[in-house]
Parts: sequence; structure tokens; C-alpha cells
Amino acid sequence: MSRDTSLVSGDWVAENINNPKVVIVEVDEDTTLYEQGHIENAITFHWRDDLQDGLIRDLISKEKFEALLSKSGISNDSTVILYGGNNNWFATYAFWYFKVYGHQDVRLLDGGRKRWELDARPFVADVLTRTATRYVAKERDNSIRAYRDEVIAAIGTLNIVDVRSPAEFSGELAAPAHLPQEQGQIKGHIPTAKNIPWSKAANEDGTFKSDTDLKEIYVGAGVDLAKDTIAYCRIGERSAFSWFVLHELLGVANVKNYDGSWTEYGSLVGVPVAVGA
Amino acid sequence: MRTCGATPGGPSLDGIDVTTQTIIQGVVLKAGDDGVPNGTPAGNAHVRLLDRNGEFTAELPTNLQGQFRFFAAPGVWTLVVQAPGARVEQQVIAAQGVPAELIISL
Repeated sequence: MSRDTSLVSGDWVAENINNPKVVIVEVDEDTTLYEQGHIENAITFHWRDDLQDGLIRDLISKEKFEALLSKSGISNDSTVILYGGNNNWFATYAFWYFKVYGHQDVRLLDGGRKRWELDARPFVADVLTRTATRYVAKERDNSIRAYRDEVIAAIGTLNIVDVRSPAEFSGELAAPAHLPQEQGQIKGHIPTAKNIPWSKAANEDGTFKSDTDLKEIYVGAGVDLAKDTIAYCRIGERSAFSWFVLHELLGVANVKNYDGSWTEYGSLVGVPVAVGA
Repeated sequence: MRTCGATPGGPSLDGIDVTTQTIIQGVVLKAGDDGVPNGTPAGNAHVRLLDRNGEFTAELPTNLQGQFRFFAAPGVWTLVVQAPGARVEQQVIAAQGVPAELIISL
């Protein structure tokens, strides 16, 4: 859990594109991006079709995760490099997912697609087919995943970090502004949550700020790192980004991603809600 | 419901109830060799929406036609458009029911 073991640069990826031990995986919110062009030798996972259960709202089962990685040619000893659009939101979600199922060596491309594009690095259209493997996942690690009851119990006692934009936190918007503002949930946030938008941790090109700056962002906003921390957003992707910052870059052990997030909490009957800044 | 297909700049509003949404949309165009925008769409430029306090609210890449769209709230917003070697900022006032249409030149 450190920058050295969790994050790679564009130069590193460029040098390892043909490294047989490395599997590059693109995960996007806009799933048409991969088809338009991607890093050479990268495969893609679809955030919904591949990573959502499809029947109930949950992660895919251990067996389905094993099948997905096996058919994708990922081995237990592969170095998996994740990247994607929208400042790596869905790539960090996939990173968290790999950690939930215990993958040993998974890393994120700093800045994702955006920085790669801004650096004018090449994309290709060719789709690589990898030789299938027999991947064996571990049981889910629930020490990095929060469920709704522990979120409710954390109100007023533990750190709850709402990483959405200030407009969503206050209740002005119901979703990120690239999506229609027609959501089933009520608007607002979990009482006692601190609004530390995910974007505070990133530079404008999508790369992460320095460890010193990152720590100051959370501690300066009143997060007591000695206490357990739960991060949430709307559907668990942006909070995976902030979870990555705290847990992987800063090495804070007791941090969970609440992937149920506001779409679950904002639909619960009778739980407390706060509005305003 | 708006039904006509042609929209200046941004993507078509067909099928979107603009009366209930506060839309900011437009097209990003590249400059030619002479530095003057020549109408070529800038696909995969990154368009970032900042709120009145400069806080990130959303970001998306333009489509192959150079177009983008946000569903915001009424008020003053700032767009930051980035592409290799280019960065443009533009302020926009958004209102419910009246889509703000922008043409941004890189």
C-alpha cells in the first residue's frame, strides 16, 4: 500500500506494453471509448456487463470473477494495470474490486486516458485476444467494503467522507452534471459526512497530487486518520477513487468504500439526511 | 419536448425534456494551421464543468463530432476545455428550460 506499489506512470506503461507478465485493462464509464482507441495490448472490462451481478445489486460472485479473469488471460501472478476515462473513476473502482477479491499485484495508470491523451501518446484500434488462464480468486475482503448498516452506525462516530461535488452534497444536483438530473433518490447527504470531493486529490490532468498535499486535504478537512473512515459517492466509483488515495497512496489501513453509496442510502426509508453545504 | 433535430453546436436535444433540465452544451472546434478555427471538430477533448466557486462538478470527453452536454443547475458555471497543447476557459450562465449553446475554439 504505497505509491510505488499501486501507481505507474505513462512511461512505465509504454515500456511494459509487451511485457508478458503485464495485463493492461481499460475500464470506462463511457464504454465506447475503448472501441474508439486504446493503449496497445489493452483489454477492456465493461463496468456493468462484466462487473455488476446483473440480477441483484452486488459485485459479481467469486466464481464469476474467476471466470472473467480466466477468459481474459489474467493469471494470479499477472501485474494488472488499470486505466480509464473520466479521471480513472471506473478504473479505481475496478482496482478496488481486484483488491476485494485479493489480487496480489494491481496498479493504476496515473492520470488514466486523459493524461495519456494530453501527452499525445498513441491509441490503437486492434483488439488483443489473450490465451485463457485458470484464475483463482480469494474470498471477498470485507475490510475494504462498507455496507449500509455500518454506515448508519458510523454517523457521528466515525469519519464519513462524501466525495461528490459540492452541488451534489448540498442537494442542488442529484447526480454528476454529465448525467440527466432525474434520479430516484432524494437529494442531500449523510449527516456528519465531510464533503471532500474526489477532485481535490487530483491535478487538472487527472494525475494524483503529492502525498503531502493529499494528507493535508483530508486532515485539513477534519478527517481523524486514527479513526475508521467510510467513503461514499453516488454509485461507488468516485469513492473508490478517494479510497484509493487514502488506502493505497497514503497507506491508511482502516478505510472502506461504501459502494451502495447515495443511490442506496438516498432510497432508504427513515434514515437521517442532511442538506446544504 | 423539443422535436426538431437540428441543433446549433451541441448534440441533438431530441428525446430530452428541456423544460425540466438546465442544459449546457456545445461543440469544440480545432484551429487550423493558421491558428484560426476551421470547423474541424475536436473529438476527445476534455470538457470540465466547474461551479461558481471553481469546484469540479463534472467532466466528459467530446464525442467524434466534438460535442458535449451537461445537465447542470441554474447559475454561473465555468468550462475548462483541454486537449494536447491547448487549454481554454469559458464562463457560461445556465438557465432551466433554455439550453446554453456554446462554440469553443481551441
